[in-house]
Amino acid sequence: MIPVFGIDPLQVVGGTIAVAVLGVLAGLVFLGIDRKVTAHMQARIGPPIRQPFRDVRKLLCKDSIVPENAIPWLFNAAPIVALASAIVILLYLPAGSIAPVFGGYGDIILVMYLLTVPALAMVAGGFASGSPYATVGSQREMVTMISYEFPLAIAIIAVAWRLAAAGIADPFSIATIAANPVWSVVGPLGFAGCLILLVVLAWVTPAELSRIPCDTPEAETELAGGLLVEYSGRNLALFYLASGVKTVAMASLAVALFLPWNISGYLALPPAAGYAADIAFFLLKMLVVVFFSVSVIRVGMARFRITHVVSVYWGYLAGLGLLGLLLVVLDVAFGAGVIA
Amino acid sequence: MSEEAKKGYSVPIGPIHPALKEPILFTFQMNGEKVEKVDFAPGKAHRGIEWMGMRRNPVQIVHLTDRICGICGVSHTLAFSRAVEQVAEIEVPERAHYVRTIIAEYERIQSHLLWAGVAAHELGFDTLFYLAWRVREESLDVIEYLTGNRVNYGIVQVGGVRRDITADQFPRIEASLSYYEDLFGKMLTLFLEDTTIKMRSRNTGVMNQQEALELCAIGPTARASGLNMDVRQDSPYAAYGDVDVRAVMPEQYLGEARGDVYDRIVVRLLEVKQSIDIVRQCMDQMPAGEVTAEPKIPKLLALCKKAEGEAVGRVEAPRGECLHYVRMDGHEQPLAWKVKASTYSNQMSWLKILQGEQLADIPIIVASIDPCMSCTDRVTVLRDGRRDVLTKEELHRLSVEKTRRLQS
Repeated sequence: MIPVFGIDPLQVVGGTIAVAVLGVLAGLVFLGIDRKVTAHMQARIGPPIRQPFRDVRKLLCKDSIVPENAIPWLFNAAPIVALASAIVILLYLPAGSIAPVFGGYGDIILVMYLLTVPALAMVAGGFASGSPYATVGSQREMVTMISYEFPLAIAIIAVAWRLAAAGIADPFSIATIAANPVWSVVGPLGFAGCLILLVVLAWVTPAELSRIPCDTPEAETELAGGLLVEYSGRNLALFYLASGVKTVAMASLAVALFLPWNISGYLALPPAAGYAADIAFFLLKMLVVVFFSVSVIRVGMARFRITHVVSVYWGYLAGLGLLGLLLVVLDVAFGAGVIA
Repeated sequence: MSEEAKKGYSVPIGPIHPALKEPILFTFQMNGEKVEKVDFAPGKAHRGIEWMGMRRNPVQIVHLTDRICGICGVSHTLAFSRAVEQVAEIEVPERAHYVRTIIAEYERIQSHLLWAGVAAHELGFDTLFYLAWRVREESLDVIEYLTGNRVNYGIVQVGGVRRDITADQFPRIEASLSYYEDLFGKMLTLFLEDTTIKMRSRNTGVMNQQEALELCAIGPTARASGLNMDVRQDSPYAAYGDVDVRAVMPEQYLGEARGDVYDRIVVRLLEVKQSIDIVRQCMDQMPAGEVTAEPKIPKLLALCKKAEGEAVGRVEAPRGECLHYVRMDGHEQPLAWKVKASTYSNQMSWLKILQGEQLADIPIIVASIDPCMSCTDRVTVLRDGRRDVLTKEELHRLSVEKTRRLQS
């Protein structure tokens, strides 16, 4: 094929489809594992791991009801935008040793912005529902977004900045971040700083994914589902898939930033098996991230009030993130670790 | 800003909503996330139980009263039986008093644990909800062991109880009591020292002592606001006169009563401990003897049929005072029977404790008085197919008419 703007269309189309399918599958599997693990931690049996697949199948068979007060085009477009934008994030993130489809065309800042698009689509869908519950849910989602953006940005920028200080070219590129684990360039202070940032990122994840304690926008007992209250059938299935894909995206972002190692280098494997081993290891790392930042947190906490979300994320977590950033900066200032 | 925008918006919660375990309609005038004005309309769970009762005899009614509420059935039956026993001048044997007390205290344990689970769920803390409900199973198992039923126990009868608790059943009771004692410390830590629960429930839904008094709050809701009142302590019934019962106050645990949601959690959890102690005392002191004044039902019915007069039966249900008024006039069925459940007294405090609170706290504040709508809903007004709201004057006129009717 003839490259367009330096991209091979066939590779991009094929890659996008593959990423979409795998992203959705992985997302649903993660949701299933999360439900099962959570159930066991709560001394329940829990649904089988394939339950999310059944849920989606059932939802896809059902009619989508559009409320009378809704703005139909926006109401129906929101779930599609949410799912599509969640899949787009995956196109910029590496999976194991496989480079991202759009690896050369966007950096981690772009990913940070893309992460807000599914949430914005949900907000738009909520406002378009014409229900007071959904409206309150949408307002809360916006407040939540504003709250977690800052700690998230601190974590991402600190890592990229540390790599830049180590003299690594193009530090904001995800390929660079994934190829140069930040732990290998920091000194002891920076190590402590990065650990703090890892904790911050782990706490941003439930807010990003609207899970307990930050499920205020959906808040079953308060808002009866919040911004999703009017959604049903196919539209709800799309939002459900989007939340699965977002889980994968957040987990792979955390993996790319803080746990980017691959195992194929340590094992003498033929190339194909090496890729497979890396993917398996990558999935395992994601599972660990999902377990600690979604399942464990949501088992151990009650829901925040929206005011608490703001104070916790703007106050405690932003403060913690700044402390981590400060340690990373001091690390460079004292000349520990790798410095250009 | 236009006048319209200043008014904010209104959020209906109910009649059916995940935050509510029973149907009731709340209408909130909101300003952003803040509650400006509250109104609520009960009467969605009216089943005409009093109507049914006034067409039946007392022996049949005790099985209806069991079904007024799925949680505190025995409190209603006990209150009703006490009223009928006073009218018919039936002397209840000592041992029956003890059996009644043990069952009533088990009911309190299961009710408070059920409430604790619901409260955790309203706060979005599902792990604690599952834990509380799993722990609650033990009390249901014991109730089933003692009465044969897990809900609607059917154990209290006018004049006594229908089944004895024998000495060979004590080890099972004792096992469950020590099970709860072992767990008690853990439950206190989980509920009272958890940061998120404290954050959500401290200084939320506050009602001070004066307000609680003015709004006629009762039961744990009143005690959490610092009102020292408990029917078991103030006018002992059943075996409560023989055992050591003191109203559980939040001061005992925290040194002060703020009257917030947190204090209501404290009171209910401590009452579980109190119930354990009461059951134990009852088992120690239980006298021998009959468990019913009149085992022959036809004879009991004849006694009730002869009775004339009126009486009030008061019982401290898990949610507060439960009151039954019965008037008999020498017929098989009572002339009048009025049920006043605890939530009826407590529900007005919603207007105070929800005022100015956050939307997010509505579910837990509503749940904090442990509302039971099916206990409370004794009336629903339907005229020409539409619902009416009766004003104070109309209600007064109606009650005067009713009193006249009863007196004639």
